[in-house]
Amino acid sequence: MTPVLSKIRFRDAQIEMAHGAGGKASRRLVEGLFAPILFEGSQDPLGDAAFVDVDGSSIAITTDSFVVKPITFPGGSIGELAVNGTVNDLAVAGAQATALVVTFVLEAGLPTELLEAEIRAMASAAHRAGVVIAGGDTKVVEHGKGDQIYISSCGVGHRISGITISPKTVRPGDRVILSGPIGDHGITILLARGELDLEADLRSDTRSVLPLVQAMARAAAPGIRWMRDPTRGGVATSLNELVRDCGLGAVICEDKLPIHDAVRGACELLGLDSLHIANEGQFLAVVAQEYAETALDALHRTDGGEEAAIIGEIREQPAGTVLVSTLYGSKRIVDMLVGDPLPRIC
Amino acid sequence: MKYVDEFRDPELIVGASREIRRLADPGRHYRFMEVCGGHTHAIYRFGLKDLLPENVELIHGPGCPVCVLPMGRIDDGLFMAAQPDVIFAAFGDMMRVPGATGSPLEHKARGRDIRIVYSPADALKLARANPDRHVMFFAIGFETTAPSTALTLLRVRAEGIRNFSVFSNHVTIIPAIRAILDSPDMRLDAFIGPGHVSTVIGCRPYEWIARNERKPIVVSGFEPLDILQSIVMILRQMKDGRAEVENQYARVVPWEGNRAALKAIGEVFELRPYFEWRGLGFISQSALRIRDSFAAWDAEKHFLTPGVRVTDPKASQCGEVLKGVLKPADCKLFGNECTPEHPIGALMVSSEGSCAAYFNYEHRKSELVTVSV
Repeated sequence: MTPVLSKIRFRDAQIEMAHGAGGKASRRLVEGLFAPILFEGSQDPLGDAAFVDVDGSSIAITTDSFVVKPITFPGGSIGELAVNGTVNDLAVAGAQATALVVTFVLEAGLPTELLEAEIRAMASAAHRAGVVIAGGDTKVVEHGKGDQIYISSCGVGHRISGITISPKTVRPGDRVILSGPIGDHGITILLARGELDLEADLRSDTRSVLPLVQAMARAAAPGIRWMRDPTRGGVATSLNELVRDCGLGAVICEDKLPIHDAVRGACELLGLDSLHIANEGQFLAVVAQEYAETALDALHRTDGGEEAAIIGEIREQPAGTVLVSTLYGSKRIVDMLVGDPLPRIC
Repeated sequence: MKYVDEFRDPELIVGASREIRRLADPGRHYRFMEVCGGHTHAIYRFGLKDLLPENVELIHGPGCPVCVLPMGRIDDGLFMAAQPDVIFAAFGDMMRVPGATGSPLEHKARGRDIRIVYSPADALKLARANPDRHVMFFAIGFETTAPSTALTLLRVRAEGIRNFSVFSNHVTIIPAIRAILDSPDMRLDAFIGPGHVSTVIGCRPYEWIARNERKPIVVSGFEPLDILQSIVMILRQMKDGRAEVENQYARVVPWEGNRAALKAIGEVFELRPYFEWRGLGFISQSALRIRDSFAAWDAEKHFLTPGVRVTDPKASQCGEVLKGVLKPADCKLFGNECTPEHPIGALMVSSEGSCAAYFNYEHRKSELVTVSV
């Protein structure tokens, strides 16, 4: 099994919004420009966190930055996202976060009240996730040169015992597990911007997925092959990255996908594919077939994992491709997100 | 989900699929054109080709408004965006469509003030919120979106707003169907009629297709069951030797159309003597321009646009694909130089464009797999 795409060259003349949207362009930027220069010679697929050796012990490390508009939205805010997002990047790499350091880039003119609310949100998110914020840094940019608050964070952690995550261990017949309903975060943000005359009873799903990952690990650690949090670019992009990294295919059953009606409705209305919509409190796992039911049971018995589901399986063919099978037996390809999801009107 | 799940019911869909197989004469080949890009998208998204027998072929029609827009019009719009104090507002559909100097999204990255709006009324809100700027709304679409543009202009005139204009690229569906039927390479048996356009124009304007061309046309909804049922209705007509206009989408489309919407269009717009369609060339009386009584808000009069015709890249075969003569994958550029990320033609941009739909949903579907989880 060889990865389907090995060499990507970055040929785009300038950086555009799409390069930050988490889809194809983002991957091309990372694999075609950053990786060849920074990780020259490395054959390892890119994961959500890296393991580095520090004095003989393996430390997991990751970094993430957060730009979101509006900074508060139903179900959360940028501060909470920053903590949970970093904890989750470590969790899906098979690591438990121990400490974070955070950098704030603030726009001059930002009301202190807003900043304080975000610091408090981070403190309580860190408390809930069981992680320490060990330090930070602040920079201020001129008014108009930033968008209220940007947060960048770096997290370190240690390996959750018994799990080793690598797309290379994925085999045909493995099951794909999703931790809960998709699209809540992305659609919540879209509606919170107030540009659409649409309202829905929806909240961002931002949360630490660590308790769910731990529960699954306790029950089925040897069967867990791969995990990822499907943030920007959604479930479709994460699964496409997986199939390209492992050289296999994935088939998803549309009717098994947990999704709230409000998200489905908004997607239908705006011509968006829910599989491309961002999530902030879910993860995907590929689990060996014989462990799949046990892993799913463990999730179901954990708070917040009640809606977890086996949504599909890994197949030898079609390699490098994610297929969705419909209720009535037809199939379609789902590719990575291209650019930002743009609503279709006409 | 109400009004959606009923039309995706597996049992009914499988039943319709069986009925199609029963009605289709195995000894002949059927070519039906779905006129509307929304149908093209739905056919691929729902994988409907898997549910049709091989001798029932669907040909993708010209009903994708961004796909038929010639490059020169995009360049004209981007020229307007480059003028001082202008905000360029357009639907998300437009943002990745390439002009000769890049797409609106690329121009935005270079610093132009280009915004995505969800309706012309939102563009008008932008104009009210930015009184010292000029908001130019790049209007696209068939009769589906023309009424909302017209109503916005009526309101703009009533309120005496001055910092707003519309660059009309509205087109009309009937002349495009006529051009397709006049094209010598086409051998079509019937049409799946556009659903959304028909909510405005109704079903009468299609009667000549049935009467003069002797081809069935069934106005269809956009859910899998809608489209399959429309194919059943077409096949029944053919079996009975009938050629009629039928309305499968009666839950939304009134036979006579929407008079209020048509009246608004008539008040604000008039037919252009001719208009260029990408791939189809110049078609007479096929597009809408803003009437002189609204000249103060007509972007084509407000800005001195170059109005240059830009020809498509030589190797691209958008025209043939648009007319349904070629399948997307038969184009030399498909999947190589031309992909959704780096589109050369608009058919590869819009998710309603047949090339993008084919690329995204179909072309790597090398073998069918059955799943049981």
